Amino acid sequence: MELLLAVVAGVLYAAGLYLMLRRRLAQLIIGLSLLSNGSNILILSAAGVTRAKPPLITEGHPLEQFADPVPQSLILTAIVIGFGVLAFSLVLAHRVHQSTGSDDIDTIGPDRA
Amino acid sequence: MLLALPILLPLLTAIVLHLLPQRSRLLRLVAFAGSLFVLGTAAFIFVRVQQTGILVLQVGSWPAPFGITLVADLFSALMIVMVSVIGVAVTASSFAGVDPRREALGYHSLIQVVLMGVAGAFLTGDIFNLYVWFEVLLIGSFVLMSLHRTRAQLRAAFTYVGLNLLASAFLLTAIGLLYGQAGTLNLADLARAWPERRTPGLDAALSMLFLTAFGIKAGLFPLFFWLPASYHTPPAAVGALLAGLLTKVGVYAMIRVFTLLFPDPDASVYRVLLVLSAITMVVGLIGALAQRDFRRVLSFNLVGHIGFTTVGLALWSPAALGGSILYVLHHMLVISTLFLVSGLFLRQRRTTDLNALGGLYRSQPAVACLALIPLFSLAGVPPLSGFVAKVGVITPMLVGGQYLLAAVTLCVSLLTVLSMARLWDEAFWKPAPVASSASALHSRLALPILAPIVFLVGLTLALTVFAGPVSTLTMRAAGQLLDRNTYIRAILGEEVPRAAR
Repeated sequence: MELLLAVVAGVLYAAGLYLMLRRRLAQLIIGLSLLSNGSNILILSAAGVTRAKPPLITEGHPLEQFADPVPQSLILTAIVIGFGVLAFSLVLAHRVHQSTGSDDIDTIGPDRA
Repeated sequence: MLLALPILLPLLTAIVLHLLPQRSRLLRLVAFAGSLFVLGTAAFIFVRVQQTGILVLQVGSWPAPFGITLVADLFSALMIVMVSVIGVAVTASSFAGVDPRREALGYHSLIQVVLMGVAGAFLTGDIFNLYVWFEVLLIGSFVLMSLHRTRAQLRAAFTYVGLNLLASAFLLTAIGLLYGQAGTLNLADLARAWPERRTPGLDAALSMLFLTAFGIKAGLFPLFFWLPASYHTPPAAVGALLAGLLTKVGVYAMIRVFTLLFPDPDASVYRVLLVLSAITMVVGLIGALAQRDFRRVLSFNLVGHIGFTTVGLALWSPAALGGSILYVLHHMLVISTLFLVSGLFLRQRRTTDLNALGGLYRSQPAVACLALIPLFSLAGVPPLSGFVAKVGVITPMLVGGQYLLAAVTLCVSLLTVLSMARLWDEAFWKPAPVASSASALHSRLALPILAPIVFLVGLTLALTVFAGPVSTLTMRAAGQLLDRNTYIRAILGEEVPRAAR
């Protein structure tokens, strides 16, 4: 399972970085979201994938039986942040498209103000 | 409670700004009053830290490795004071007038959000919380940068957003790997647990990931291209806010994380950082010489001088680190002042292109002399604060036998003098180009636009006069940074057994 997750994370990173190198804004945004999903899976697999109970700890059970809740809460936070950022960059790309009629970063305009 | 105030007050101000009737005079007053309060609490925190040592707040009373910790040591306290000073100057500069459309879109509360994010990043003692504050200040600055619709500004905003999000993804990756190995996120707990658990391979991978993530945010050599591509488009006050604070947050995070987690001065990452810092200085200043726009010259200077602030970490001695901290403080003040000065040109000539500037000395000699101080301070002309800070950076190099590095640094300083002298010559001294109309030339600059500049220049002069006590302070801050055990003990209490995984 860990091997599979590691491969998936690696593929997501590679695809995300490749898409970020493209010139079109839509691809850049897809690349960013792949990258953030890749890092979420990496957190999950780096912290150890185990078959264990949910961490509702009751007396009399050894702690090893429960899963570590922290990586999941980290991922949850990262997903929320990533969602907000994704929404913002989509709006930004939409506005670029509205004002220039293109989503190619090189045709947006001259670099100088 | 005290430590949470620099975060809570801007949040409160931002909320109040949304609830108030949207009359610009009222909004400006409230934002300004909010920043003054933050400055007050920051000064109080600073005094307390100086008297009693490291201050710690366990948020929600959760004991240290489990909850989120806010920490203020001397370095954090100094940075918080600087942030609130720049916050006051930036909010004060809005009295000179803000584009009404920006104001309607929440300009004032966005500035407060950025200030909150920066303060949070400086105060947190938890590495995941650091990531969250980075995102808070990034979102605030993204929106501030993209409130405009011109093509150049949209393009700049996209470059800025894309590269900073990439840096955040790298940071998140590094944090995930770190948690997987060490099983904790509290910086003090990590500082205790990580050096025992690390393996050479993981150590190298993590340190390079952190270096890349913070390097993009700080603007180190191969990763700085977003900065000059974006900082010359927003209005002057926003430029001053972003230029003064955001790169320094990257530098701060780099110093904080590396001193705690990689306490091995011989690690290869420090040799990499040393070379990168030197190249950053050279490339930044050569880039600055090639530019013909006031704010682009400043952006490249900003990049070049980041090298001065990271080189102290790479050299890993109290004196070098202290010199770098002093340089950070000086540079925050001066670069913000200069971006505010560029607002004068925008006001008078509607451009910062050096070809269209000139003749300001003839029409307004006092303003030209005022601008001379930050320009020459950045260049490091004695006796101004830049000189003191540069001495603080270069002396440890000479003492440590790094003669080549010292030579590079001195040459770069010379280039800065050239670049700054050219800026002043082109913007103020040379005769005005014929194209500009006489009415624009002789329009007086009002007090509201000059007051924040005078305030910051006054502080630069104060930093010059009190250079002795301030450099003693930064040396103490550096000593505190390198003494990890005091930090760990202040947060986790006396010799707690390490939290089991």
